[in-house]
Amino acid sequence: MAETLDLSLYAKPAGNGILGMELAVEGIACGACIARVEAAVKRLPGVTEARLNFTNRRLHVAWANGAVQPAQILEALEASGYHGYPFVPLRAEEEEAAKARQLTRCMAAAGFAAMNIMLLSVSVWSGNVTDITPETRDFFHWASALIALPAAAYAGRPFFASAWRALKSSSLNMDVPISLGVILALGMSLVETANHAEHAYFDSAIMLLFFLLVGRTLDHAMRRKTRAVAGNLAALKADTARRFAGDELVSVPVAVLRAGDRILVKPGERVAADGTVLSGASEIDESLITGETTRRKIASGAMIYAGSMNYSGALTLKVTAAGGAALIDEIEKLLDRAASAKSHVMRLADRASRIYAPVVHVTAALTFTGWLIAGASAHDAMVTAIAVLIITCPCALALAIPAVQVVASGALFRAGVILNAGETIERLAQVDTVIFDKTGTLTLPEPRVVNASALDPDLLQKAARLALSSRHPLAVALSREIATHTPFDGAVEEPGRGVRTVIDGIEARLGSAEFCGIVHPACTGSNLTRIWFAHGARAISIAIAQKLRPDAVEVVQALARRGLDLRILSGDHDEAVAPVARALGIGDWRGRLKPADKITLIEALKANGRRVLMIGDGLNDAPSLAAADVSLSPISAADVTQAHADAVFLGERLQPVLDAVDIAHRAHALMKQNLWLAAVYNAIAVPVAIAGAVTPLIAALAMSGSSLLVTLNALRAGGRRQ
Amino acid sequence: MNVLVYLVPMALGLGLAGLFAFLWALKSGQYSDVDGAALRVLSDDDLEN
Repeated sequence: MAETLDLSLYAKPAGNGILGMELAVEGIACGACIARVEAAVKRLPGVTEARLNFTNRRLHVAWANGAVQPAQILEALEASGYHGYPFVPLRAEEEEAAKARQLTRCMAAAGFAAMNIMLLSVSVWSGNVTDITPETRDFFHWASALIALPAAAYAGRPFFASAWRALKSSSLNMDVPISLGVILALGMSLVETANHAEHAYFDSAIMLLFFLLVGRTLDHAMRRKTRAVAGNLAALKADTARRFAGDELVSVPVAVLRAGDRILVKPGERVAADGTVLSGASEIDESLITGETTRRKIASGAMIYAGSMNYSGALTLKVTAAGGAALIDEIEKLLDRAASAKSHVMRLADRASRIYAPVVHVTAALTFTGWLIAGASAHDAMVTAIAVLIITCPCALALAIPAVQVVASGALFRAGVILNAGETIERLAQVDTVIFDKTGTLTLPEPRVVNASALDPDLLQKAARLALSSRHPLAVALSREIATHTPFDGAVEEPGRGVRTVIDGIEARLGSAEFCGIVHPACTGSNLTRIWFAHGARAISIAIAQKLRPDAVEVVQALARRGLDLRILSGDHDEAVAPVARALGIGDWRGRLKPADKITLIEALKANGRRVLMIGDGLNDAPSLAAADVSLSPISAADVTQAHADAVFLGERLQPVLDAVDIAHRAHALMKQNLWLAAVYNAIAVPVAIAGAVTPLIAALAMSGSSLLVTLNALRAGGRRQ
Repeated sequence: MNVLVYLVPMALGLGLAGLFAFLWALKSGQYSDVDGAALRVLSDDDLEN
């Protein structure tokens, strides 16, 4: 590396003069990589610890302060064929990890208690129909109480805390009936045990907690997994910027840039922060910001935005707004407006619990008064009423939706879709209108060669290899055409003109027509850029343009077959949008839209009762993503845009979009099915309980049976597509 | 049935031992990289130290 790389931002003191750093490592393929990565880093002097977490592809390194520079660690990784990207663990991620550990501990405690109480309960149940003595039964019940009470106090905390929060804000959630059921069941069983009764419900209460904790732990584990991958991807994307320290250049993470810093942006690099040009002239591609594919010429004094691609010349910028704060005023205002207008679709689970909790509690109360009127003793009436609360245990209901969500987000994850929020699945399932942005969404984020089939393969091959020697975006696009990564020796780049070298004794030139000595007819369409390659007398003209994602046509057709209304809203000029719309068979398209126009169109659709899915990547799409009912963005999208999308999809293909729609549909259907299963279960179990015929055995069977049923049904959400 | 007086506590004690073993394993980070642990066991690199 030519310039020094300053990574002190990421090194965190870990006591005793030891510094620690977290790296997301790219390139890990198999188990052997673990040893290779760790050995490469441990060879450095002063490194005290290097441990790779294979599950989330992260490396923890610790070293004695001053013994080694963090940049050397990256270089050591680079030398052994891996890329390391330092990152600061997100606060949210750490909090989730702590929450997950708490849930797992609670689940372990509840599991232990459930097994041991069941051991005692089964003995009591079989004893009750044979010859158990009342003393033995009492002993077993007391032993159960001894296990159940502390276990419930410990393992029930997540539910009690959440129920308490809901009650304090005078609302109801699923945890209220759960907590009430558990506490009443335990209290009643204790009283019954003290009175030498035949039945106690310790097992039901603990089993309920155990099942629910299993569901929540899995839910959390899935969310953590996607969070970790999202965190790694963010680390991979985090760019460095060349900052002037006096006259010297130091590479620093973009995160440490401050307003007023001077930075250098070379050709072929993305601009790291908003700024004004101090010196230099260039052409920049702002398609990530405006969707416009025509490049803009800029000179000193011009304002440019983070995310622009610098094409031809080196620029010195004065940073005006750094990092994530870099936002165009207009976009920021629109984002506020879109966020406030965002419709809050009520989640299925909330709707279910809002109906469920009052119904159950009223039923229990009615059972109590009913039995009193019928002449039962207050004690018997109470026992029956509590049995109603236990048997209607929201077990099945509380698992019905999270279980589907776990399986569906797992399936989405495998399909390359990373969810930002869990309820995305529900909103995605109700979509009837899909709006695409064009640039970077329907088309690949980077330009490609479009006339490869018409060119001499041998010359194209040579041109692409020569292109490896340049960082110019057009050369980078060309070099993607071949698999080799070995550039020609002795290639010389003439900035702003092209690259030349000697191949097989003949001079070869790649670049502008003049540079290659070619006289060419004037301009050829606005969204095509041509570069020329001359090898002696032979020459080819290579056309480079935005290209559709490889499977865009099939995916768009498949979406149309599903009855979805498809539209394109683009910020690019009409001549660039029209061919794309035609190729995809989308009749309803608009070009030259400002971000405000996009929002207006989306809001009009929503006002007509449409459920809108917006897919976009540019900074100009961020407000529309926030305004739509649900939104997706490709991983190449601008940071702000990704932050406002409900889900991010990976890779070059558009297939994840189709998969996401399909999986969401299936998941939503299963959620509703599960809620119905739970309702049917209650419809059967509640009359039995009201009649006072529920024994602990029946309660245990009914509860585990129904939980198992909804969980098995939920597993179908991950099934393969036909 | 007097045997129950010590058999039940013994069963409980064994269960508790299992529970604490799990909690200890959780706390010492043995579940933080389950995929890696499966692969590390195959490597001999730890023998040289």
